[in-house]
Amino acid sequence: MASFKPTKIPIYPKLGEKVTPDTLYWKNYKAPVQIKEFGAVTSIDFSPLAPHNYAVTASTRIHIYGPFSQEPVKTFTRFKDTAYSGKFRSDGQLLVAGCEDSVVRLFDVSGKVALRVFKGHTKGVHVTDFTSDCYHILTGSDDYTCRLWDIPNSTELTSYKEHTDYIRCGTTSKLNRDIFITGSYDHTLRVFDARVEKSVMTMDHSQPVESVLLYPSEGLLVSSGGRYVKVWDLLKGGQPLVSLKNHHKTVTCLGLSSNGQRLLSASLDRHVKIYNTTNYKVVHNFDYAASILSLALAPDDESIVVGMTNGVLSIKHRKSPEEKQEVAGKQRVRPVYRVFVKGRNYVPKKDDFFVSKPVKSHLAKYDKQLKRFNISKALDTALENRKPDITVAVMKELDRRGTLKNALAGRDEQNLSQLLNFLIGNVVDPRFTPVLVTATEMILDIYQAVVGQSSVVDRQLVRLQELVEREIDYQQDLLEVLGMLDTLFATSLPRKEVILKTSCILSINLHLVRNSFILYL
Amino acid sequence: MSNCCFTSCWFLLCAAGESVNVYSTSTEEFVHDLQGHTDLVTGVVLNPSNHLQVYSCSADGTVRLWDFMDGILIKTFIIGYPIYSIYVSEKHGGVVFVVVPMANYKSSELFQLVAVHLPRSGDQEVEARELSAVLCDVSPHPGAVSFGREGEYIAATKGLQLEVFFFKKQKSYRFSLKSGMKKGVKNAFTCVSCHPKEDCIATGHADGKIRLWRNFNQKKEYTYTTLHWHHGAVNTLCFTPEGTNLLSGGIESVLVHWHYTQENQKDFLPRLGAAITHIAVSPDGSLFCTSHSDNKITIIQSCVKVSAIIQGLVKGDGVWTDLIIDPRSKALVLNGKPGHLQFYSLHRDKQLYNLDIVQQEYINEEGLDQFEVVKAAFDARGDWLATVEERRKKGAELEINLKLWAYDKLTQSFVLNTTVTAPHEDRITGMFFSPSPETTMLVTTSLDDHFKAWLLADHSDTKEGFWSCDFVGGYHLLKPGCCSYSADGSLLAVGFQEVVTVWSPASWELLTTLSQPPGAIRDLCFGRLSCSKYLLGTSTKNQLCCWNLLTCSLEWSTPMDVSLLQADPLSENMAAFCSQSGSSDLFVFKPSEPRPLYSQKALCTGKVQHAVFAPRDQMLESCEERTQWLNRSQLYFITQDMDLLTFSTKTEEDRLLASSKQLMVDDSVAVTPFYLLLGKHRRQQLEKQEALTNPMAERTQLPQGSIAIKELLHTPAHVLPSASFLCAMFVRSLLVSRSSAREEKAEEEMESEKEEEDSEGEADPRLGESAAWAPSEEFGAPALTKAQERELRKVKTFDHSWLSSLLDS
Repeated sequence: MASFKPTKIPIYPKLGEKVTPDTLYWKNYKAPVQIKEFGAVTSIDFSPLAPHNYAVTASTRIHIYGPFSQEPVKTFTRFKDTAYSGKFRSDGQLLVAGCEDSVVRLFDVSGKVALRVFKGHTKGVHVTDFTSDCYHILTGSDDYTCRLWDIPNSTELTSYKEHTDYIRCGTTSKLNRDIFITGSYDHTLRVFDARVEKSVMTMDHSQPVESVLLYPSEGLLVSSGGRYVKVWDLLKGGQPLVSLKNHHKTVTCLGLSSNGQRLLSASLDRHVKIYNTTNYKVVHNFDYAASILSLALAPDDESIVVGMTNGVLSIKHRKSPEEKQEVAGKQRVRPVYRVFVKGRNYVPKKDDFFVSKPVKSHLAKYDKQLKRFNISKALDTALENRKPDITVAVMKELDRRGTLKNALAGRDEQNLSQLLNFLIGNVVDPRFTPVLVTATEMILDIYQAVVGQSSVVDRQLVRLQELVEREIDYQQDLLEVLGMLDTLFATSLPRKEVILKTSCILSINLHLVRNSFILYL
Repeated sequence: MSNCCFTSCWFLLCAAGESVNVYSTSTEEFVHDLQGHTDLVTGVVLNPSNHLQVYSCSADGTVRLWDFMDGILIKTFIIGYPIYSIYVSEKHGGVVFVVVPMANYKSSELFQLVAVHLPRSGDQEVEARELSAVLCDVSPHPGAVSFGREGEYIAATKGLQLEVFFFKKQKSYRFSLKSGMKKGVKNAFTCVSCHPKEDCIATGHADGKIRLWRNFNQKKEYTYTTLHWHHGAVNTLCFTPEGTNLLSGGIESVLVHWHYTQENQKDFLPRLGAAITHIAVSPDGSLFCTSHSDNKITIIQSCVKVSAIIQGLVKGDGVWTDLIIDPRSKALVLNGKPGHLQFYSLHRDKQLYNLDIVQQEYINEEGLDQFEVVKAAFDARGDWLATVEERRKKGAELEINLKLWAYDKLTQSFVLNTTVTAPHEDRITGMFFSPSPETTMLVTTSLDDHFKAWLLADHSDTKEGFWSCDFVGGYHLLKPGCCSYSADGSLLAVGFQEVVTVWSPASWELLTTLSQPPGAIRDLCFGRLSCSKYLLGTSTKNQLCCWNLLTCSLEWSTPMDVSLLQADPLSENMAAFCSQSGSSDLFVFKPSEPRPLYSQKALCTGKVQHAVFAPRDQMLESCEERTQWLNRSQLYFITQDMDLLTFSTKTEEDRLLASSKQLMVDDSVAVTPFYLLLGKHRRQQLEKQEALTNPMAERTQLPQGSIAIKELLHTPAHVLPSASFLCAMFVRSLLVSRSSAREEKAEEEMESEKEEEDSEGEADPRLGESAAWAPSEEFGAPALTKAQERELRKVKTFDHSWLSSLLDS
């Protein structure tokens, strides 16, 4: 005698992205805090000192925010034109910023007035940075020059005029006080050594360079420009290592996660992509509301700050571990462990004769009812279930037994509206459509005589009809697209591609339902 | 297995074809069969006056009396008419009641119940001409007649009428039911059973009702009560010997156990597998047995527990899958129970196991569309099994599932790996695994104009891979009918109606197309071994074509209506079945030469449905030209009537005869597990002492079928010698050295498959005996049979060290 075989719940392939350690890590952020700035946010820089304030350069001012404040801690407003590239020194005491009026200003973080003003550039300065010995400043300007300035004397040390277009990005080496790298709209990246009068290395990015980034080890250089992110090996003399094309608009900003394992790139296409730095595959993706101009990560990835063209600054803070525990604590109190192990951990003695208990097979409630042929009750139980795949599997089983019509029949208003609610929720799901279309047709068959007696049911029927019609329209559009694609493939490929026609069938099914609606309503 | 009866608690008799099989109820093993009838055996009943004898009746017009313990035919009574059923009663000694066609009606649509007085004479064959009609116009169905309390009356049903005949009064009463205005013939009687102690008749009806009739010894004031549980017709009814319970069964495959007097109380034994056709109860009431429509007998211990199942080759509704040979177990695989595949051992004539493919609760209901397994295929090593199940609903689309099963070495069975719902949009016409051992690739062809290739995708993050579609191919929107892999898996031929396309599975390039204008391609087959450059194809317009793949041209073709083409995997041979005017012909040929090696006209009636070459364990060395093609493998085929047939050679039959003779010799000493281990040992000792008494004086009848060790474990402990004595020998018998294992195998192969079940147990003792006897002088005598001589010669060459150590212990 075989035992009762429970209803098979089919396992549907999971849609959407796969859960990896990366998705778990990068999803573990709170909902973003949004702050409106006066203009497009062009630069964000975190202070290396403990509270990790960050300077946000937007329009003609630089705001300094505390890690959790939504109001600026400090504001620098002494700019005559648009400010650019507010940068902290490595001790967090000084801040340098360029300006469209070609003047570079150096501020004390606690003061208001500029400590030093460096004049010499003839056009707007988009790039400023401190060298690693903290006494010099690097600037890059739209007048095609980059210069080094001495902070104590506020004098110009050297000037390089090798680029042939605007210099829009640059960075200094954190290990060597003389090395710095600039990127320009002339498609090149140049590595300069302050001890030498000419650039020591030139790399061709072949797009206007928007951003450069040095790895902490400074063996690798990342540049972005156009839709490309390129990685260069400096130790091999600037040999290109990899070229990534994952954005569909210009990549504006680059960042590195705190452990150096992940590379972030932000683009005008409103996405931030996160790459694995060992194989350079995209492991995660953030979407934002507007084109992104600047991006910065707090030390230890505590927060991600993104500045956009519409002047919105979006700050995401990492969820603290206490909050996680709070969620876990909400789970219901389970019976104590003792209850479960009662008698289970008894070790049989040598002379004990072991009688194995027959294994009790546990059946779900709907299966118990199906076993007893209580079909209507089984359907009711399945409808109470939250998982639509179980409900649909029970419906399919009833259909197989030829009793689905009986199970659907004989329902009152409340029961029927529950059933219709389920149908409205799931009939257009392609996984369930084949079964639910049959069920819908049966319901229309059974209850056509009582249409118009209950306003609730009528409203739901109308909704269902609208839903089905909309879905048919979608399917038709899809088929049209498919047809277009077919012709495209046929012309471009010598061999025939076969395109699956599942959507075809779906739409035919739905057509049938619409026809029955038209008949009954 | 239509009709069965219990003889005691120990034996079960069952009419099977032209013989009566005797089974043991405790071990479910086949003990022996009673052979002698020349036509279908229709009934078996115990002789009420002697419980060691049994009557059987057959359509050949004889009633035979047997001693079923020894399997000896005692007497044959010739009646002269085909007999449809037989009834006996204790009160009517020397009389059997049989149902025969009415003599004066030539159409033989009408049947009568006659009493046959069996003449008492010493002859083996007696003509019983003393017939007296008891009831006219009865149903030939064996369940439609039943003896009442102490044989005082007999009840028979037919159509809407119940007739009760009282022997004392020599008077019969008829009770008829109204046909019912709306119910129609649903009211008709299907079976009858009489209470053994009280005046009560239970009748089953086509609408599922059971009526209990009482007070029926007059015409007017009879009463009946109605019990209703079955929703289909009640197939069979049976009272227990004490009359306390009534058993009923029908198409629902549920055994219902009604308590007599408290009819609202009932017990069920559900899910017995298939419709119940017959119920029998052992004389002491402790065991029930139900026979089922799928060639199965279930033995049940007083309605609580199934204790044993005797299962033959399941005769399902049809065979949709081809006949397949499982590469691992060498078992024949085909449709079994609904939604199952059965693995059937050809050598042991026994079902190995059923694999549940559909994995859904089977609902026994008429008119319900069920899932059926329509295709199955094994890969070259037997690691993967692919199955296709489909269900066609009326007015709805087809439901198809493709399932892939991985072989699990731990559980020794197949485990579901991947389910693909709706792999194709229409019916799947062919499914094949690639025969190359490196890649496991599956190809399915379907009526939706495409064929698909499925590959096992490796996924490092999950433990085992799953299957996914690798390629979808088509050719000018033609429907692919069949496909075939070349022997090395480097080419795939797919027949698209009139066109054969040849693809390379490595790159999925269309290499070439071959076409042969008249008729669509029905079957495709690559040649093997030296003929692997040939591709064979058959078309619907009576053409058998052979293409040469090197030149891509037609080598030869012949007009022939080939219904089935099958290649032998171990040789170049091909078998082609042609159906002509109601019968089938067989041609065996090599693709390289169009002259057939072997042909057999009028092989069987009807069309051959499926065929398969089963590889032999050992190659035959037949030098006869006619039978050479059977040397490597054996051809099995199944006909329209679902008969499984095979070819055997003459040498095989000789061997079969020889081995059966040898078995007869062995049978003179009863084989018990005790004997298997101990007897030969003791016997040899006794021989040394020249004592001629048989160590096993008592003849215990135990079935000989299974392995010695298993039976040793089944034997009650009190008849065994002390454990310390047995232990060493038992353990040593398990430690068979490698050489002797080979020896046993060789020995088994000597025997034909019919004796295979005996040989398993038998191989040991014979080996032991001859090994022990070889040095003794008695057996140098010329009285040896040829087979024994051969065996002795063989035995001489083997290593006996393990045996001598066993004897020393």
